[in-house]
Parts: sequence; C-alpha cells; structure tokens
Amino acid sequence: MSQTDVAMTDAGASVEETMTVTAARALVGKHRVFAGIGLPTLAVALAQETVARDIEVVYESGVCGAHPSELPATIADAVLITGSEAVLSMPALFGYVLQSGRIDVGFLGAAQIDRFGNLNSSVIGDWARPSKRLPGSGGALEVLANAREVFVVMRRHTPSAFVDQLDFCTSAGPERIRAAGGRPFGLGVTKVFTGLGTLSRSAVGEELVLTEVHGGVDPADVIAATGWPLHVADELHTIEAPTPEELDLLRNKIDPKRVYLR
Amino acid sequence: MTTAATAVDKRMTLHDAVRRFVHPGSTVSIEGFTHAIPTAAGHEIIRQGITGLTLVRMTADIIVDQMLAADCIDTLVSSFIGNSSAGSLGEMRRRLEREEPAPLKFIEYSHHGLVCRYIAGAKRLPFYPIHSYFGSDLPTVNDELRVVTSPFPLEDGTFEQIYVVPPINPDVTIIHAQRADRAGNVQMWGLTGVQAEAVFAARTAIVTVEEIVDNDVVRSDPNRTIIPSHAIDAVVMVPMGAHPSFAQGYYDRDNDFYRAWAGISADPVSLHEWLQKWVYGTANHGEYVELLGDAARDRLRVGSAPSLPVDYGRRIPR
Repeated sequence: MSQTDVAMTDAGASVEETMTVTAARALVGKHRVFAGIGLPTLAVALAQETVARDIEVVYESGVCGAHPSELPATIADAVLITGSEAVLSMPALFGYVLQSGRIDVGFLGAAQIDRFGNLNSSVIGDWARPSKRLPGSGGALEVLANAREVFVVMRRHTPSAFVDQLDFCTSAGPERIRAAGGRPFGLGVTKVFTGLGTLSRSAVGEELVLTEVHGGVDPADVIAATGWPLHVADELHTIEAPTPEELDLLRNKIDPKRVYLR
Repeated sequence: MTTAATAVDKRMTLHDAVRRFVHPGSTVSIEGFTHAIPTAAGHEIIRQGITGLTLVRMTADIIVDQMLAADCIDTLVSSFIGNSSAGSLGEMRRRLEREEPAPLKFIEYSHHGLVCRYIAGAKRLPFYPIHSYFGSDLPTVNDELRVVTSPFPLEDGTFEQIYVVPPINPDVTIIHAQRADRAGNVQMWGLTGVQAEAVFAARTAIVTVEEIVDNDVVRSDPNRTIIPSHAIDAVVMVPMGAHPSFAQGYYDRDNDFYRAWAGISADPVSLHEWLQKWVYGTANHGEYVELLGDAARDRLRVGSAPSLPVDYGRRIPR
C-alpha cells in the first residue's frame, strides 16, 4: 500500500467500521459462515482478505460460494447467483446444510437479547396484540439451534434491546432448548458485537459478559445500557482500533460505494 | 416419440387461470424466495376481488401487504413478515398491531418449519420431524407445532423427543418461472427456493412464466426442469410477472420500489391509491408493465451471462 493510500484512509474509524473489523477478527479459524447482508457480509469479506482466506459464506437464499461483482443489496441479490459455485433449494439449505450441523458460525440480529443469548425478532409487547410487530423468525430460530456458534450484531446497545426478560423468545439458545426437553447442538450465542463493545461467552450455561469496549467507552456506561446485571470480564480489553490496512480494504476494496458503510 | 402428457396444451390467460383455480375461501400458496415472486398473479386475485383466502407464503412481503389491503386474506401462514430489509409492511402491521381495519389470523412458523410442511404435503405424509422449536415461544402461539417420541433409540439407548409439523396441501400453488413449454414443464435457474415442493404439495398449480418455449427447448436440457408437466394445471405467459422482484437473466429487482413501499403502505389512503392506479386501474399485467414505462424497464435491464451448454450425448445407432 502506498503512502497516499494510507493517508486516504487515515480518517478515524466509524463505530460500524470498528464493529465490522472486530467481527472479522473473530472469524479466524472459521470455515463456513451463515451470514445476512450488511455488517456480517462486510466482516466475512474482510476476513477473506485477512484472517480467514478460505472462509465460505452460505446465504439463506441457498447460494454457496458466491463471487458477486458488487456488494449484494439482499441475501437473494442476482449478483450473488451469477458466477456462484452452487445454488441450493430451500430443503437442501435448511435441511442438509444448516440442520445437519455444517455451519461453523451463524450471524444474527434481533430486537431483543437476554443474558444467555436467547433472541426476540417477533414482537414488542404481547404476541397476540403487539405494540410493534417485527418480521419474525425467518431462519433465525434454525440458525441459533443448528450452527456451532452464533455471532449477534446489535448496533444499538440499550436497556430496551439488552433485556432481563424477552417479550417473546423467537430463537432459543442451548439452555432453553435443554430445559424444554430438546437436545442442543451448538454453543448458542458466543459473541455480541454492539456499538459500545463486545459481549462474549465460551460455554453453554455461562452468561454473556463484557469482554471488550470500543475506545473511549467506560464499562460503567455499558452496564447502564444493559437491562440485566452485566458482569465485566476479569481482563477487559479495549478494542484495538482498525488498522490502516483494514480500513483501506473496507473503504476502497470491499465497500467503495459505501453501500453499508457510512 | 411423443407422449400424451406433453401434447396437452395448458396455456391460458392469467384471468382465466385465477378464475378457474382460485376460489373464495381457498388455501393458496404463493412461493418465490425473493426471486421470481408471482406478483402478477397476486394482482389478478386482487382484481377479481377474491376473498376469504388462507395464504401460505414463507416470506410474506409486498404482494401479501397488497392482498391484505385488498381484503383477499383472512388467514396468513408465514415464517417472515417483512419487506426484506427495506422497511415495514404498513397494512400487515396495522392489522396485527391494531386490528385495523380488521384483525388477521396469523399462524407463525420459522422458515425450515414451513419448508417441512411443504415436504410433508408433497409426500402426503401425516407430519414431518424437525430439529427446531424446543425453547422457542412459537409453540405457545402455534398449536400445530407438536412433539412426538422417536421410535428409534439414540446411541445412549434413550428415545429422542422431536417436534413435528403438519403437512400443507394448498388448493392451489402459484409460482413464477423463467420458462415452460405449453404442457407445463417448468424450467428455472437461479434461486429455486421451495417452489417444487409447494407445487407437488398442492391439489392444483399455476405457473406464470417470462416465456413459453417449444418442447424441443425443454428437452435440450431436461435437468433444468424443476417441475414436470404432470404437476402443472395452467401455464400463463406473463412477461415481467415477478416485478418488483426479479427473474434471473431477464430483469433485476426493483430496489427503488421496495424502498418506496414502506412510505406507500404507511398510510391506508396512499396504499389504496396505489392499488387503484396499478392494480384496479389496469386490466391486466401487460397494462401494468406499460404503466411502469420504458425508463423503469431500462433501469432493471440485465446483461448477459449464459451458462455453457452440457452434452447429454446420444446413442449411436449400430
């Protein structure tokens, strides 16, 4: 990279850029990722250029091995299909790829998350007469139940999103699955990337704890923004700012038209 | 050699296909996962004022919002009720949040759950097992999600509890595809979703297509056929019949329209004005496409990326 290129990317990283870089770094050692559009797509694209060159994205639309000519606008964008390595039917995607346990990391978002990483993407309020109706599961329930682990991306870190009790549990983690009589498969949610930092856990039964904060964020503010008594890891890290190389890749190669990055 | 099945000509107009196969109170499945959504057929159901439908659709998006606003749907069976990532479905939210102008019965699933319902329906099975739903609150609001005990022991000798979903057998399934022949051999490429299962599950099936092609074209690439003619009852040629969704290789997704829908549907008056202009105000989908205009059609035009042909080989007479 030339000096000029470095200078062009020298502007401070935005929160979204820092979240993307943090998620990309967490993909080291992973092979098959189930990702939606937006930040997860960017994170995987960055990982492909840095820490996980052989990582493959499987899209919920059934596309494997996509080589898009530009960033996709949806998980079913025509640019994902043209030149891809495989396009699977829904029974094959959900049955043979996801339910069979072939996905290392699934990326999900949600309106609400609790301390064990159970997710609500259905309703705010009562299901029968919600104050806000949300899209529902889609494949989220299956991703949380069947991926080896799940990374959650939630830009807004507020007490109404990080809750003590979900209004409705759309997608259940392994603790709830077992309590209900099921046989959990994966670890459930292991990382939550937020606008303030990263919550993590490494084993089933553990609560999500604060392991990283963005530069300049006081952990007390993260605790205040969380609706359950959030514990702080013994070794709390400050997220290492995106390197000039990472920012250059994101801004000039991966999302040059600023489709997702603002 | 020509068989009787391919000699039957099932071509008809969209008006006649909907009149014949979609009735008040029918259970109708409309499938197409973002790609090849049979919008034109949904609009024709609206034009004909067909009401009391149970609509089954994995991704209930803009076409469902429009059919709701036109009072076509009493019961919705779906696993995702949103406008992709482009905002809210106004009519859906009014009906579910405030019962305005009327309540909507909603039977909520997850994607794989509905896929399994289509598979059970296509195979005429009484249920289908799935590794989902334990711990979720969905079974508390959907009593069709039930647990059975596997008759086969696990390695540890215990017997697994597993959720099952019931079959779904729509009165009619409607899909859109790139092409079919006159008999209804449906050829599709790109995202094929759950269309084959939804058609095989149904009692009758309508396919709308960008092009009707000669039987010879189909037979030059039989693996491209996702549904054979015996499962199809009506073949309807409807160019741009999936707009605002896309048809791989024919035209692109109209993302501007998806983004505009949140605003159009936010207010019942503007939504009904939209229906008046684009659906009730057009006699058929051809007029809708005309109304769309050259500029929009040009904006959605795609370049060419053909597949390389495969060689099926032929027996050399000896």
